[in-house]
Amino acid sequence: MMIRIVMSALLAGALAGVVVFAGHMWKTTPLIVHAEVYEGGGEAAAASQGEAAAGHSHGEAKEWGAADGFERNAFTLLSDVITAIGFAFVLIGAMALSGRETGWRRGIIWGLCGYAAFYLSPAFGLSPELPGMAAADLTARQAWWLGTAAATGLALALIFFAEGVLWKVAAAVLLVVPHVIGAPHPEIEPGGVPAELAAQFAVATLVVTGLFWMALGGLSGYFFERFEETA
Amino acid sequence: MQEQHTTTEVHATAARTASKIPAVLALVFGVFVVLGAGFAHSSTIHNAAHDARHAFAFPCH
Repeated sequence: MMIRIVMSALLAGALAGVVVFAGHMWKTTPLIVHAEVYEGGGEAAAASQGEAAAGHSHGEAKEWGAADGFERNAFTLLSDVITAIGFAFVLIGAMALSGRETGWRRGIIWGLCGYAAFYLSPAFGLSPELPGMAAADLTARQAWWLGTAAATGLALALIFFAEGVLWKVAAAVLLVVPHVIGAPHPEIEPGGVPAELAAQFAVATLVVTGLFWMALGGLSGYFFERFEETA
Repeated sequence: MQEQHTTTEVHATAARTASKIPAVLALVFGVFVVLGAGFAHSSTIHNAAHDARHAFAFPCH
């Protein structure tokens, strides 16, 4: 079972990671690079000159940062593949735990659930951020994001796999509670990043991440079923 | 007879639980990988994964 899970997750994650990298290079990275011009408000023009030379390091000169261009994109590919493999282990672990049939069609449904838990619900409270956008304390946002993803994932598991009305009620509560608590938000002040860029970025991540989760789910279901005989 | 039935049930439950262990391990491992790539505060990891973190809509900066 372990070999079956590991093989499926590595293959599905690597392939979906390359797919999402293509989507990122096409749609989101150009917007991120564009937004960095506005990062840091008034000092942006000078700072962006410095960052172009020293890599993207948020002003601290001694920190390592990938140089713009090939190196930066290579690290994005690496990060995309690692993140996708991580998500693949989560998704295939959940598939194996459920004990249900898989295959690529069911896998896409699993992927859409991953999309709901790891993108839609967190993004409902914390919009996808471009560099230079005003935001609340990082740790508070990360805690809210992770709590929301966990609550949504658990709620989906209860909706699909638990028997009994009480569990369904618990699932509904889990879905809503993070949003009642509310994501940490800063006071909205006029920021440097144009609203048009932020809107484009939000929709670009919405679509690219949705495609990613459907690809990851379909591939995960396919490989997990395919490796059933071998391991 | 009753006893044997119970023993078989216990064995079956134990086997079912054991078969879930790889699944749980995979889930936990996956969460750690995503936390490392997407949420670790190390500035080196942050700078390497910067564009991917933004594009996955993880909180960044």
